[in-house]
Formats: sequence, structure tokens, C-alpha cells
Amino acid sequence: MDGVVQLQKQLVDYTASLFHEGFLDEQFNQLQQLQDESNPDFVVEVVSLFFEDSERLLNELGKTLEQKTVDFKKVDAHVHQLKGSSSSIGAQRVQKLCIAFRNCCEELNTEGCLKCLQQVKHEYSLVKNKLETLFKLEQQTIAAGGSIPTL
Amino acid sequence: MEGNFVVSRRMIDAFDVSPSDSEEAHVLAVDDSLVDRKVIERLLKISSFKVTAVDSGRRALQFLGLDEEKSASVGFDGLKVDLIITDYCMPGMTGYELLKKIKESSTFREIPVVIMSSENVLARIDRCLEEGAEDFIVKPVKLSDVKRLKDYMMREDGVGSESSRGGINKRKLQDCCDLSSSEPSISSSPSSSSSESPSRSPTSSSSAPSIPTPLDSPIRRLKMTTTDLID
Repeated sequence: MDGVVQLQKQLVDYTASLFHEGFLDEQFNQLQQLQDESNPDFVVEVVSLFFEDSERLLNELGKTLEQKTVDFKKVDAHVHQLKGSSSSIGAQRVQKLCIAFRNCCEELNTEGCLKCLQQVKHEYSLVKNKLETLFKLEQQTIAAGGSIPTL
Repeated sequence: MEGNFVVSRRMIDAFDVSPSDSEEAHVLAVDDSLVDRKVIERLLKISSFKVTAVDSGRRALQFLGLDEEKSASVGFDGLKVDLIITDYCMPGMTGYELLKKIKESSTFREIPVVIMSSENVLARIDRCLEEGAEDFIVKPVKLSDVKRLKDYMMREDGVGSESSRGGINKRKLQDCCDLSSSEPSISSSPSSSSSESPSRSPTSSSSAPSIPTPLDSPIRRLKMTTTDLID
């Protein structure tokens, strides 16, 4: 039984660190509250949609910013979408970077936008990593007979 | 009674003034974001609503049977919509435009419409409320936001809707301004007018005698409607 307790502690600590370091915010808690026996995979499902959506958007952003004449409206629209979905799952750092990104769009600043894109890509891959680790920990905890503790 | 819709049976259902409490209310959710649709759908279901989620204003109108080009799709017959919750920023038709279309329809104008937006812009909020939106929710949407939607369902008895007539999302308003710091002189009648009429009376409230506030009208309206209604 020690193993389960260990795993659960690890899970709690890891989750807490993600909040503490600002990767996740309150909205992620909201999502966890929406998960129950009838929808045990809700969080994973939503986050997976977020991953797919984000990767598509980041790709599009790269392409749009590579054009000879940059269509800033298009860039802004994509960033707006990314900002929205990151906000909806509680990916705080990504969301915050999107705000800065939109400012560069407003200024029609291609250089600035490219920098922002790099930063967003970086933050996105960080949070993706963190969330995947979190989900693995959850799986291990459940497999060992434990339950996902609610913070 | 306008009989121009293809599916007249649905129209009769829409006029049915006997909502059974045992049935779950049916919400039509409109959002172009897949992630947000998934979240709002779950938020609604967990709050005991039936949900239909669509990805555009166009589709919402088609579902309601209001789209001029396409008639109501097969399979949605008879499902009365009790509330519409829509994102504001959408490509093609915005939530605001959708709101207008619904309020222009004699069949569907009574359906409460709630707007969601990631942008907390007073001018935008005001426009929506003036156009007849019941509430304006700032994204990301939380469970507490969705639970409040139940208040808008009781429009027909007029009872439940009164207490939430000033039901503008307070969380958002507190972000915008501090109500207690506004001038005290809103002693004129508006509060009574809003408690009389069960349907929207924002226009009558906001045209009340000059109120020396630079604040936007939803806040004025809130002050007026809450004077009597809340504590």
C-alpha cells in the first residue's frame, strides 16, 4: 500500500508545483471538477483537443509570418484563438504570451511577432510536457489502486 | 402568427407555454472553438441541461429554422430551445449578430440569449445588453456562471426572473468598477419600472433622468435594478 501513498503524494506535489510555477491556473481546477465517474477522462480529452488545436495554430502562425506581406489580421485571429483555448484549459503562461503577441500584431511588427511566436512555442511545449507527465502520474496512481486526489 | 417556417410543428412547440419542471431545459451553445465547445457542453450537462452545441451562428440559425437558405435539419424536430449561449467573437456571424437575428424573430425573440466573451469591454457588454441579451459572461466560463443560467429559464412566471433582472455578471462588473463609489443620487423611479415588466426594460431604465455618471449603462442599470431587489 506504500506504493499507492507514494504515488498519490507525488501526484499532489506535482500538480501543486504546476500551479505554483504558473503553468496552470484556477481554470484547470474547474476542469477537474467537471470530471467524474460518468466522465472519467474529461480533462485528458479537453487537453488533447487543446494540443491538437494549438499545434495547428502554431503551424499556421509560422506560415503566415513567413509570407512576403504579412497578413496581421490573420495572425491576430490565430493568436486570439490560441489565447482563448489556453485560457479555457488554464494554461496561464501560454495565455499571457498570447496577449503580448497580439500587441505585436497591433503594431504590425513582424520581428516582434516572430519573437513572440518562438516564445509561445516554447511555453506551449513546456506545458504540454508538464501535462503529459501529470496524466502519466494519474494513470500510474489509478493503476496502483489509488484515486486522483482533489486539491 | 407567422407561418413561414418549414417545420410548423416545431414552431408550435416553441409557443408551448407549459414548461415541465421534470424535463431538463435545452440549451443551444454556439462557439467556433472546439475546446470551448467541449467545455461548455460539459459545464451545461453537469448542471442538468440538455445541450446542442454548434460551431457557428449560421448553424445555430439553421437549427432554429431561421436560416433563409436552409430549413431546419432533420432530426432536430420538436426540440424546444430554452436558452441560447453564444460566443461573441466568431468568424462569419458574430454572437452579437446572432443575438440580433434572434431578437428580430417573432418566434424566437423570447428565448433568453447569453453572450460569452474573452474580452471584458464595457462598450461591447452594453451593446449586447441593449440588444436584449440576458447576461454577458467573461471567459473562461466557470461552473458558477453556468449555474446562474437557471435564473433565466423562469421567465414565463416572471417570478424567478425578477430577482436576477440585475443579473449582469457581477464578477465582471466588479472588475470594471466599484459600484459603491458611484454617486448616490439615483433616487428616481427606474427601480419600480424594472420590477413591473417581466421582459427586458433596460431601455426604460437607461433613459431615466440624467444620471451624473460617466459609467457605462449596464452599471447604471445594475444600480437601478438592484436598489430594491437586492437586500
